[in-house]
Amino acid sequence: MTASADRDLESVPALLTRNARKFPNKAAFREKEYGIWQRWTWLQVSEEVRAMALGLLALGLKAGDHVAIIGRNRPRLYWAMVAAQKCGAVPVPLYQDSVAEEMGFVLANCNARFVIAADQEQVDKVLEIQDQAPTLEHVIYLDSRGLRKYDHSRLHALADIEAEGRAAHERLEQEMAAREAALNYDSTCVMLYTSGTTGRPKGVVLSNRNIIESAKNSAGFDNLGPGEEVLAYLPMAWVGDFIFSIGQAFWTGFCVNCPESETTMMTDLREIGPTYFFAPPRVFENMLTNVMIRMEDAGRFKRWLFRVFMDHAKKVGGPILDRKPVGGVDRAKYWLGNLLVYGPLKNTLGFSNFRVGYTAGEAIGPEIFEFYRSLGINLKQLYGQTEASVFITLQPDGEVRNDTVGVPGPGVEIRIAENGEVFYRSPGVFVEYYGNPESTASTKDAEGWVATGDAGFIEKDSGHLRIIDRAKDVGKMADGRMFAPKYVENKLKFYPSILEAVVFGADRQMCAAFINIDLTAVGNWAERNNIAYASYQELAGHQRVLDAIQGHVEEVNRSIARDEMLSGCQIHRFLVLHKELDADDGELTRTRKVRRNLIEEKFADLIAALYDGSKSVYTETEVTYEDGRKGKISATLEIRDAAVADAARKVAAE
Amino acid sequence: MLDQSPTGYTTEDGRKIGGVLMEMRAITLSFGGVKAITDVSFDIREGEIRAIIGPNGAGKSSMLNVISGFYVPQEGEVWFRGAKRPPMKPYQVAAQGIARTFQNIALFEGMSVLDNIMTGRLTYMKVNMASQALWWGMAQAEEIENREKVEAIIDFLEIQAIRKTPVARLPYGLKKRVELARALAAEPKLLLLDEPMAGMNVEEKEDMSRFILDVNDEFGTTIALIEHDMGVVMDLSDRLVVMDYGRKIGDGTPDEVRSNQAVIDAYLGVSHD
Repeated sequence: MTASADRDLESVPALLTRNARKFPNKAAFREKEYGIWQRWTWLQVSEEVRAMALGLLALGLKAGDHVAIIGRNRPRLYWAMVAAQKCGAVPVPLYQDSVAEEMGFVLANCNARFVIAADQEQVDKVLEIQDQAPTLEHVIYLDSRGLRKYDHSRLHALADIEAEGRAAHERLEQEMAAREAALNYDSTCVMLYTSGTTGRPKGVVLSNRNIIESAKNSAGFDNLGPGEEVLAYLPMAWVGDFIFSIGQAFWTGFCVNCPESETTMMTDLREIGPTYFFAPPRVFENMLTNVMIRMEDAGRFKRWLFRVFMDHAKKVGGPILDRKPVGGVDRAKYWLGNLLVYGPLKNTLGFSNFRVGYTAGEAIGPEIFEFYRSLGINLKQLYGQTEASVFITLQPDGEVRNDTVGVPGPGVEIRIAENGEVFYRSPGVFVEYYGNPESTASTKDAEGWVATGDAGFIEKDSGHLRIIDRAKDVGKMADGRMFAPKYVENKLKFYPSILEAVVFGADRQMCAAFINIDLTAVGNWAERNNIAYASYQELAGHQRVLDAIQGHVEEVNRSIARDEMLSGCQIHRFLVLHKELDADDGELTRTRKVRRNLIEEKFADLIAALYDGSKSVYTETEVTYEDGRKGKISATLEIRDAAVADAARKVAAE
Repeated sequence: MLDQSPTGYTTEDGRKIGGVLMEMRAITLSFGGVKAITDVSFDIREGEIRAIIGPNGAGKSSMLNVISGFYVPQEGEVWFRGAKRPPMKPYQVAAQGIARTFQNIALFEGMSVLDNIMTGRLTYMKVNMASQALWWGMAQAEEIENREKVEAIIDFLEIQAIRKTPVARLPYGLKKRVELARALAAEPKLLLLDEPMAGMNVEEKEDMSRFILDVNDEFGTTIALIEHDMGVVMDLSDRLVVMDYGRKIGDGTPDEVRSNQAVIDAYLGVSHD
């Protein structure tokens, strides 16, 4: 593409104009409504966006205004975002499930004058907090149901706005063209609020350069073309959805499909059969669980067929997907399996046309990841953040592994700081936190390097980035080796029988762990193996349970030992706790995160026993019952030594 | 006191209620020696939400069955749209534009949600069975037209996700919603709901209340309902009839009913001599 043509494509509205010219009759958006997929071509979309933009102008939208967008993924809401951009305003998509108070904070923070809300539920929330947001002038809604009796002095139907825009086109066309012409790579494309697990949410300002360059680079990385089909079902306020459903869709011209409702996502997924798909690990996990449950209800022959071919897929599916050499007989059997099992299964899941897909956000269990890949589903991992316009690293085809997050994306530079924290610099790096220069300065330095807050390292031979833990949780052991408790805990928690694990080792010679068994999984196992037990405590102390847990711990040790940097984190001794860690006792947060400090204090006697070499320890613990009463439970816990792999033992022996 | 003029009244929230749609005049119904309803009169106006409440055995369901034509009263007259209604079969009543839901859900358990709701369109299907079986000519056009109506209702009641699910597999709260959908599919002038919220949890009750209000608002459907949950009824309805031991003991707006001594006695329990 020539430089001058590139110049013209410096905003999302400019991309829309190009698409309307280049693919006038190609499907741009689809939405299932009244049980039928409705379809809009790029030409129709550009028409709709134009009418909306004129209507917003008629209502007095100014350049630089913030327009809040609230609702589930619907074509009209995406168009409204582009319409706002066309007027020189900045769209601010909000999480539709946020409570009124959070919404009030965001609306006040960005001084929004316009809100475009999907339905009565969202309109109600906005009206509830309008006192908090004094700049708010107009609320526009999509779905009029239930809103008939509302005071309409500041409330408008989007359809009316569009009609007004069409009527006023002669008067306002010139103004709109001028506003659109003023857009360039440095003007703000969108503002997205980070969900804010710590403190108040911050508005991340992303420019057209951030969005379009990121979309261009990532689309090039996976050869995304106008033929892709995606399902837009993740929150519109999330940066990923903006990149996939606006950035990449408008850059490549592919089609964005919106589900009928939140609850029909699985059916819609099957009907659309996306070629390009993103989902957090949780979604893949749920799908796998559903498959397994339904297989258990299937007839004996089908179960046998499933088992035989899934075992085969586990063996050769991954290598075939990675285009590695696989023998002819195995290939033939895989082909047969595809005909009988994998094909129909993929069809049921909606993955028949799956060409490339990503998961990110949290660690995905290795067996889940392998399951999809063995079926021939090209599922990969990426690592990203809002501040990076999503992409920091991605896994290239053929180099997909469960334990890395891939290589730096095109145009992304990565640097690992002294303490292990990962820094990056890329064209996607955000402009600033809106109205918050201190936070901007503490996150992004003058040279454009952004701190991720995650600790990790680049593997020497493959060049892949591996994320270990949150940087603030990573410590050092007494001999200076890296200590990453959450990394080890996550590995342990992938075993269904382990509910929770707490690893100790900061400033100590070796690592040791508390383990919590999962009562459902272990109880089930006990039942099947005719092991009688009367209480959680008894089950947790059962020899065979301890044997099984020891097996898991040693397996984890072996896998950790393979990493030179982390081999010090192998677990030398462990015990299985006599009670479940509980938020009521303050041991976990309400979101089930381990409170390390409190646990260290409360179970100081147990920790001491882990490190003094004793074989068992007697303890008494205070517990809070569900009705608030307190009681004490006492137990004698067995402490086990786990085998550690060589690399670490040598160091320990010295 | 409300303006009870024949031209109707305006509710507190500004809805226009029209003239009398249905009128019960001195209805008496007995089964053998048991008098279920004794000399009860009231009217239902166009566009309003009218509730019939009362303790167990007060005759509420019997009254609903009289309206729907399932029971024929021994005495009294039923007037519908300005004409006296002769004794009718329930299907004739349905053809007149009265649809209902049941206290104990009465759906076709083995059929999908969609098919169940489609049965609500039965009164609108005119094509003969042969062309329906062949899905040919008029039958095709008719089914498409009816399906469109049904899909609009599915969308309205937010049950898209269970469109193809057999009813037997649904939880209770959803079955109730499907039953409402089927009644709505008949595009009734008057919708009768027999304990629409029985056995529901608070959240399901809120959902159902919202749907009832929305149906009334969006389609202008007149609704007569029986309900046990007093809080819900008071919030939902424009006017209430209170029954006890087969007699009418109160009639009026929620406020009027709330301050009616006879009603208070019936609910708090006063000995009947």
